[in-house]
Amino acid sequence: MMRMVMVVLLAFSGTALAEGGMLQGSCAACHNITGPAAQTLKDAFAKKGPDLFYAGNKYRQEWLVSWLQKPARIRPAGMFYGGHVKTGSKGDEIDPSTLISHVALSKADATSVAAELMKLKPHNDLIAKEKIEPGSVPRQMGEMAFNKFLGCMACHLIEPEYGGFSGPELYTAAKRLQPEYMASFIRSPQAWDRKSMMPNKQLSDGNIQKMVHYLETLSKEGTNGN
Amino acid sequence: MVTKLFWLALFAVFSVSVHAKETAEDNYKAYCTQCHGIEGNGKGINVRDMSVVPRDHTDAKSMSGRSDETLFKAIKEGGASISKSVLMPPWGSTLSDEEIEDLVQYLRMMCKCKMS
Repeated sequence: MMRMVMVVLLAFSGTALAEGGMLQGSCAACHNITGPAAQTLKDAFAKKGPDLFYAGNKYRQEWLVSWLQKPARIRPAGMFYGGHVKTGSKGDEIDPSTLISHVALSKADATSVAAELMKLKPHNDLIAKEKIEPGSVPRQMGEMAFNKFLGCMACHLIEPEYGGFSGPELYTAAKRLQPEYMASFIRSPQAWDRKSMMPNKQLSDGNIQKMVHYLETLSKEGTNGN
Repeated sequence: MVTKLFWLALFAVFSVSVHAKETAEDNYKAYCTQCHGIEGNGKGINVRDMSVVPRDHTDAKSMSGRSDETLFKAIKEGGASISKSVLMPPWGSTLSDEEIEDLVQYLRMMCKCKMS
């Protein structure tokens, strides 16, 4: 076991890795960097980390550089929550002993990996369909939508201490994600990942815009955005 | 002729891989247990802050008050479509009609009940 930990640590400590080498090697051990997305639930259940093969369509580069140096959990119950849940006295609960933390990279490696990830853009077609108009949504209205109208809070933390645990936290989404990606993913999660845990709520163009605006508002409020 | 057979075979393989049906057990595990619980008792990991508690699928009394058609509609179009909670989302873009029908039968197995 110790030997395995050393091997992993060594794999991540080298700053002399050839450009792209870390992606093909260490990152690919837990992330899908070549596509396509999982075609069966069995494959989806086995995922250890989010698909990265469309990272350039999805993430904000500056966030990647920052997060990779100081990674913090975004999905409270892991990549697929089903593998990290146990029954408790009051109901199901997350089993922290099964969760794996992401390794931290040096600034040089984080910068290099982020640059490589940003080159991965197989879904430019989906991104090109989205146009985010400037706008804002009042806090109260956004909260109502997340709670009462759309029910996003069922699966997502919409504040650090409020919401569900199976999905990624939403209050940092706009810090992490490009606005066009957020719009496209809300419009059709299955267009990005056929076996996505996110349902398609059939939102109108107007409501998709509002949701993106509200996610941007939330992420500017200084909560733990990493 | 050989070419035609080749394309037919390729099409058949492609169709199977694209439209392969998931089992109800796996679909339940993937999409339902997060709220309805590993044991289907309505106590999934997401319920802490919910204003409406998810249905207990093992409760024969309440589950027998719903027809198969109502269960199908709730899964496909969401809770709001049967005047229930919006916290139950529509799964119609995730699951095929056949998979939803299988899930309805899976629910009947869990509650050991039919509509009374």
